[in-house]
Amino acid sequence: MANKRIDEPTGIETVGHEWDGIEELNNPLPRWWVWTTYMTIIFSIGYMIVYPALPMLKSGTEGLWGWSSRGQLAEEMKAGAALRKEASDAIAATPLEALIKDEKLMPLAIAGGAAAFKQNCVQCHGSGAAGSEGYPNLKDEDWLWGGTITDIHTTLEHGIRASDYPQTRTSLMPSFGKDGILTPAQVSDTTAYVLSLSGKHPNDAAAQRGAASFAANCVACHGADGKGLRQFGAPNLTDAVWLYGGTPDKVSASIHKAHAGVMPGWSKKLDAVTIKMLAAYVYSLGGGEESAAAPTTPASGTGNAKP
Amino acid sequence: MLSPDPVKSNTSLYAKREPVYPKAVDGPYRRFKWAVMILTLGIYYITPWLRWDRGPHAPDQAVLIDLAHRRFFMFGIEIWPHEFYFVAGLLIMAGIGLFLITSAVGRAWCGYACPQTVWTDLFQHVDRFVDGDRNAQMRLDAAPWSANKVFKRGLKWSIYLAISFWTGGAWIMYFADAPTLTVDFWTGQAAPVAYATVGVLTLTTFVLGGFMREQVCVYMCPWPRIQTAMLDEKSLIVTYKDWRGEPRGSIKKAEKNPGAVGDCIDCNGCVNVCPTGYDIRNGPDIKCITCALCIDECDKVMKAIGRPRGLIDYATLEDCEAERKGEAPRPITKALFHTRTLVYTGIWAAIGFALLFALGTRERIDIKVQKDRNPPYTVQSSGEIRNDYTVKLLNMQARPRDMQVRLEGLPGGKFWTNDIPRTQAARELTVKVPADRVEPLRVYVVAPDGTAAQGFLFQLKALDEEGGEAKAEVKFDSPVEAEEQTQ
Repeated sequence: MANKRIDEPTGIETVGHEWDGIEELNNPLPRWWVWTTYMTIIFSIGYMIVYPALPMLKSGTEGLWGWSSRGQLAEEMKAGAALRKEASDAIAATPLEALIKDEKLMPLAIAGGAAAFKQNCVQCHGSGAAGSEGYPNLKDEDWLWGGTITDIHTTLEHGIRASDYPQTRTSLMPSFGKDGILTPAQVSDTTAYVLSLSGKHPNDAAAQRGAASFAANCVACHGADGKGLRQFGAPNLTDAVWLYGGTPDKVSASIHKAHAGVMPGWSKKLDAVTIKMLAAYVYSLGGGEESAAAPTTPASGTGNAKP
Repeated sequence: MLSPDPVKSNTSLYAKREPVYPKAVDGPYRRFKWAVMILTLGIYYITPWLRWDRGPHAPDQAVLIDLAHRRFFMFGIEIWPHEFYFVAGLLIMAGIGLFLITSAVGRAWCGYACPQTVWTDLFQHVDRFVDGDRNAQMRLDAAPWSANKVFKRGLKWSIYLAISFWTGGAWIMYFADAPTLTVDFWTGQAAPVAYATVGVLTLTTFVLGGFMREQVCVYMCPWPRIQTAMLDEKSLIVTYKDWRGEPRGSIKKAEKNPGAVGDCIDCNGCVNVCPTGYDIRNGPDIKCITCALCIDECDKVMKAIGRPRGLIDYATLEDCEAERKGEAPRPITKALFHTRTLVYTGIWAAIGFALLFALGTRERIDIKVQKDRNPPYTVQSSGEIRNDYTVKLLNMQARPRDMQVRLEGLPGGKFWTNDIPRTQAARELTVKVPADRVEPLRVYVVAPDGTAAQGFLFQLKALDEEGGEAKAEVKFDSPVEAEEQTQ
């Protein structure tokens, strides 16, 4: 260790180590480097005074400037809202039917709705809005409660079977098998009839027997032709879309014990503009209906299949 | 060892810059250098102000790099981002062009056209304009600070700064409409990046051109080093013909003893005019940017004392060897056309022709299709299968155009968009695409129940006289294939 010596040619002291004859000069750090270090130390003292820095027992020091990351986020959110204010004010002031025809506002509303959808709706309807068994597909043109933007908006505001919304939409399908309204044989026959409506089952004896119990029990909501009724939220049984599955087992199970899907209402949780934008987004997914033409459009019959 | 070991002798390894005060010179090369300077500076400063009528839908600036809208305009040519290979091609051509120039005429780029050379030259003229020629400059530099020196330095540096500012200011004009940007700039409305760019370029021009000068070429620039690898004995360089000049001696000596001294009278004229302060008589060096000003000066001296010109001259090392042996000098064309220059010319021209061909045959319409993958398909209530696509129609002309989108393949398939209701779904659709725009369309394609997953085409056709076609192959997803796979 103590082998420090002055290196003759340079006049600089060595560090005192020697490796296979190689020694190292103890040159001082460059001045600018040292001064930079001092500057950073001075800076850090000031930094600790004005910014939150030192941990205390409960919280930490707050710093003279009162900065916090939460506060910064709040400010940024406020600034973001201010940036969008013009557009959201315009959307708030535009009636729904006018909004879908507004070439400037509609894309903004769709973009805003897409963002809100990702936050609030994807949990049930999926990130592509394609739903899954028991959760309606929002991309098709099959709607339980109607597919005009006003219909969609109403569903969004008040939900389906949302208990805390007095104006919520509710449909009641009895549990025919479980509650003993139909015998198991009748349930089986009705299933055959229901499936025959969309050509999934031959119109055989079972189906014809089922027609009688269908007429007695189901037509009130699903209609004599089985095409459903939107004012009751009763699905169309003649189409290819089955909310709870279209196989004989699943249809039979639905008749035996009815499903009662729930969608929360949103008017108490989201602001009016966001709900409007969500309606615009769902409307834009490819199945939206024009208000006047809706009932006569054959492709947009009624009701997601919910036997 | 020639010099004492710097470590042992404890001397500094740092060599201080020797100031260079190049003397004014006149001659054919100097006049050529003037011409190149006027041409290059002219191109640089004036180009953004040239106008080019492209109709009401596109900017009327002849050369414009519109970063905000991602368009590159160059006179009659408009380049979109996906056609950026044209710019890449031009850059490759510039690189190979530099190789070609170097292998044919040596460091001509360094000597005449490099911005560092051009601006340094300009600033050296400012030096002479304010301080006077070489000797006056040296006297002023050595003189103590006086009112006169403060005034002259102030004036000189102000002119430097003005030129630098103009240089930085001209740069940003390439990126926006020049007249508008000028007004915005002076009224404080231009983008912050414009001010920052002008500031940075003003500073770099001021420092690199006004003060660092030849040090940039000698210490900073990689190009001289690359060039030393590219030059060979067949390359034209500026050479001092030592077999003719040595040994140096004054005219008096030569009169006394003709035959004992060479043509060089050691007047140091070649060193005095050199913009990098190099003595070419020491042989080729990285410091020689081959600007040939020493040739002008030496020729002038030789003429005055009645000796033949060309003691310092453009020559290849091979020619020098031949001349040394007393052979006849080869014509300069031999130096220009040898295998390497011809190969470079061939590559350069091939790329150029390929670009021209691509430019002449490129389509000004295009279609890009992105399929929605979540969900891959939607079953309609009728049992039909629907796939959704985002279709982008590119109209790369500066006028609105009618285009027809058509389905090719996918039997029974039809589509609608956000603009036409699904009751009017069809296999083709005419869209008016605005000028110079990408028009996005949401396209909903339905195919009959039972359609298997398959590929099909979106065909795009321009319906005006110019015409043009494009297509995009996409996939149609269906549950049919999925079921077959799971069973």
